[in-house]
Amino acid sequence: MKALGLMVVIVVGALLLYAVGDFPAWGDPQSPASQHEISRHFITQAIPETAVPNMVTAVLADYRGYDTMFETVVIFTAGLAIIGILGMARLTDRESLKPMAETKPGDRDMIVINTCRLVIPIMQLFALYVVAHGHHSPGGGFQGGVILGASFILWAIARDLPTALQGIKPRRIVFLAALGVVIYAGTGALSLALDAKLLDYSALHGFLPPAPADGVPNEIMARSHGMLVVEIGVAFTVSAIMFGIYTYLSSMGRLKGGL
Amino acid sequence: MDFFQDIVIARFNYWIYVILMMIGLHAMIVKNNLIKKLIGMSIFQAAIILFFVSVGVKDGATIPIVSHHGHAEAGHADDAAHPEEGGVQDHGHDEINPDRHANPLPHVLMLTAIVVGVATLGVGLAVAQKIYREYGTLEENELLEKLRSHDG
Amino acid sequence: MIWQFDLLVLVLLVVTAVISLQVKDLLSASMVFGVFSFLICLLWAGMGAVDVAFTEAAVGAGVGAVFLIATVFNTTRDSSD
Repeated sequence: MKALGLMVVIVVGALLLYAVGDFPAWGDPQSPASQHEISRHFITQAIPETAVPNMVTAVLADYRGYDTMFETVVIFTAGLAIIGILGMARLTDRESLKPMAETKPGDRDMIVINTCRLVIPIMQLFALYVVAHGHHSPGGGFQGGVILGASFILWAIARDLPTALQGIKPRRIVFLAALGVVIYAGTGALSLALDAKLLDYSALHGFLPPAPADGVPNEIMARSHGMLVVEIGVAFTVSAIMFGIYTYLSSMGRLKGGL
Repeated sequence: MDFFQDIVIARFNYWIYVILMMIGLHAMIVKNNLIKKLIGMSIFQAAIILFFVSVGVKDGATIPIVSHHGHAEAGHADDAAHPEEGGVQDHGHDEINPDRHANPLPHVLMLTAIVVGVATLGVGLAVAQKIYREYGTLEENELLEKLRSHDG
Repeated sequence: MIWQFDLLVLVLLVVTAVISLQVKDLLSASMVFGVFSFLICLLWAGMGAVDVAFTEAAVGAGVGAVFLIATVFNTTRDSSD
């Protein structure tokens, strides 16, 4: 088995190395991928059409918003799958082979807890900043959502899992994740209800704050604001699911004890 | 020296990506432990994402974010209201030269791939924990033994 | 990108990948996997892919390595190969 695996890997590797000879040189601005009309369109038209300087966010949330919507659904489904796989712990009759380490309240280290108390609010503020400033700097919904989820995980590691779960109950985690998906899909459906295409944010210019009088037309500003709304939805889902996956993984589904 | 310049420096990045991919693939096939297989899967995924993002690199180009001078409002779109200096620092919105910014399209596709990859890793780890709880081991050969003795 | 720095980080990347797969202790393997994630983040920041680097830094080390360590904590720490 090992020899067969090694042979397969060597053959595939040799084929790929041979194919590398045909690639354009590293960083060539004349390579076909860089010369293609669609990437040139994205680079030059991001600001005139959407009023957002960060081209990656503009493409992610507006030009390819459909992909991002389904990616949010995929993350939500992965979270549900983990809850389904590990959450049935109470129903099995065979106890686990390693007893859960129960921690007594006096066990926790004071340095760790106090440092986390100082650091976690700053982390959460930074996460919200990353979500909101994603239009002008690297950032956006995913990055901010992951940092927010990581701040909850840090609280669960510093204290223990039941304490952290008192603030965010398990059912609320799934509710927040579903709320994120509903915000995203709801924005798209609202555009449909107003007789425009799905996820066409410029149709929502009646609901969103208007642009300043000497700026771009309202429709273009509405695309920028619509992107912020869906990024908030993505941040909700990602943060809730990251924390949810951690709670189930670290306690084998029983939601007691933990790391 | 010319040969070295043309072939090696222009291409060595791709060679290392292929090597990394093969390390990950080898680990997925050959390793006995389930967690090692999952780590191999993550390495494979990371190498593929690395390759994809490297397709959008341009020599001497800057990040795909248009920099502003002054206020953060995107302002008027097209006509040459500002006299053009023709340098790298474009005044935001008119005359953005596509060759001066990296290609944003691979970045967008790979953002999705990274986050979906970690969700997949989470599901794989959950299944591994369940297997450990049922059979008490995470080694592939011992698992196959136990399954065979179960059925036989 | 400076090609010497690029080459150095790529070689380190291959080395950490091999270490993470060969070491027998699963906890060390998870931590070296976190190092691997950080090196890839450096590489992307040098290529100009700042959004991707940001996401990998947050996801790879902040969340991915934590999931691995949580699983190793709950199952077993040693592996046969």
